[in-house]
Amino acid sequence: MTASASEPEDVAEPSVPSASKNPPRALADTVPGAGRGSDVPYDLVVLGAGSAGIAGAVTAAELGLTVALLDSSPQPGGQFYRHPAPALGAVRPEALHHDWSAFADLRRRLDAGAVDHLTGHHVWSVVKGTDGTWTAHALTGENGSTEGGTDGSADAPVRIRARALLLATGAYERQLPFPGWTLPGVVGAGGAQAMLKSGLVLPGRTVVVAGSGPLLLAVASSLASAGARVPAVIEAAGYLRYGRTPRALLANPRKAVEALVHTAALARHRVPVRFRSAVTEVHGTDRVEAVTVSRLDREWRPVRGTGRRIACDALAVGHGLVPQIELAVAVGCTTRALPDGTLGLALDDLQESSVRGLWAAGETGGVGGAELARVEGELAGRAIAARLLGRPAAGAAAAALRRRRDRMRAFADVMSAAHAPGAGWTGWLTDDTDVCRCEEVTAGRVRATVAECGARDARTVKLLTRAGMGWCQGRMCGTAVACLAAAGATPEPQAERRPFAVPVPLSTLAALDGPEDPEPASAVGGSTDPVPS
Amino acid sequence: MARTPIGLVGARPDPPFEITFDGRPVPALPGQTLAAALWGAGILAWRTTRDGGRPRGAFCGIGQCYDCLATVNGEPNRRACLVPARPGDAITTQEGHGHDRLGV
Repeated sequence: MTASASEPEDVAEPSVPSASKNPPRALADTVPGAGRGSDVPYDLVVLGAGSAGIAGAVTAAELGLTVALLDSSPQPGGQFYRHPAPALGAVRPEALHHDWSAFADLRRRLDAGAVDHLTGHHVWSVVKGTDGTWTAHALTGENGSTEGGTDGSADAPVRIRARALLLATGAYERQLPFPGWTLPGVVGAGGAQAMLKSGLVLPGRTVVVAGSGPLLLAVASSLASAGARVPAVIEAAGYLRYGRTPRALLANPRKAVEALVHTAALARHRVPVRFRSAVTEVHGTDRVEAVTVSRLDREWRPVRGTGRRIACDALAVGHGLVPQIELAVAVGCTTRALPDGTLGLALDDLQESSVRGLWAAGETGGVGGAELARVEGELAGRAIAARLLGRPAAGAAAAALRRRRDRMRAFADVMSAAHAPGAGWTGWLTDDTDVCRCEEVTAGRVRATVAECGARDARTVKLLTRAGMGWCQGRMCGTAVACLAAAGATPEPQAERRPFAVPVPLSTLAALDGPEDPEPASAVGGSTDPVPS
Repeated sequence: MARTPIGLVGARPDPPFEITFDGRPVPALPGQTLAAALWGAGILAWRTTRDGGRPRGAFCGIGQCYDCLATVNGEPNRRACLVPARPGDAITTQEGHGHDRLGV
């Protein structure tokens, strides 16, 4: 029996009434602008349709809750299970995936239809009302369609209301700058993987994979399987740190199997993996032509004279993942420092945050992978259903889920510690290296601000240089700026404080004439607030 | 036969259509984003930066970094890695913030 299947004793009786009236299933049936004053909240809104979000949504729906699952993408799966659009006609999407059957199971349960899966919804803020009801504000296409609005630019604002909120917004990739990293052809390791998984394209013919973390092995094996030549995988850490915690390794054999699968694929494609090394320079004028790889000491400082040039036309680079938690931080959820210097949400034993009524699952509590995300999503779904239906949350199934979660969390902490950037990485920056890609702020300017103006944290550096003030709101440069500002001391983790999770048109904000009472932004901008059918 | 992403997943896509990049035709497969179609044509940059005028294209691939902003059918600042390609879409290299016509 699969772990994600519901144990019989926990299946809601069909006679249990749903905690609220069923909202309409088809968005096309909603009346534009009719939401005000007549909307029935969902029991649960889940943000993010990756492994954690789908698991939470289907679990809660199967237990009798009305659930909306919001996601910016047109398809479910999140980043890990990103896959080609149907029109691409992929017969074997699983060829680009590890553990595809787990996703197939989640998708089957999602397709059973009990969850309202709202695609193309870019949630920019969540608000808790005085009565405890949550409102998720999202940008989307007209009437909830994704037509022309998949990047949230269609300016049709919608509000989705719910009695409980599950944050399953996943993570984004951590970057550490180096000379030449803004050249076309340098892409995120996760970015290369995402473009391959959904668009079936490669960034180049010869792709070096570099950075730190197990994701690099998966990316390199995908790229090689898809026909790219991968001259090397360049890993900044040693994998020896994993050996210090044999218990966590032995308790998570599936992780070892996953690593072996990728390692075997790399061996088959003759891709060498080089440890304690980093790409310290990219060569080229308008696009990547080669990279220089240097050995690193224990502190990640490049060792002089060890640079070796590798010809390539693309570089896929990344240093692990950063939990995407700004929506929760904005409503005051407590965070916890993770071993790699990022922040995750502090959650209780049943996945609830410090703000009552807001649960989180998956990478938002600390990066741990898709299997952990599924377990936490299911646990959160059960806990939310128990809360809203007035039942005890404990039970044999919940206890088993908690044990699995704790076992995988222990491994996640080991992984996080093993790949935490060493303080010496800033040694590969030159003064003219752009640190902030959006605002083109160089390492030299940041260092001058620290040395001459007394800036000691990323926020002060931002105020003085604009680093972190651009479109991406510090997601790409946050780690680097914090390290430079700390000037050798332990950097403050990036606070992930962003009032708007995505850029919002001023017209949308102007249309909000009160916390509970927004007008439609335009004549055609329909509301997808659920209305009684 | 050479290994390709399409071969790997056994894709049998619907017939390709044409979009344009700075006036030149680029083939796109139904279901691809604008960024994927451009990568497929070997194009990695479709924007120049505000200060340095440096070329940029897709970096994070998931809509978080905003490096892939492009002018699409005359509308600036569209994230090419998220926007699905549609027949006849005209992508033009976006210079700076893309609002020069406003004189700001």
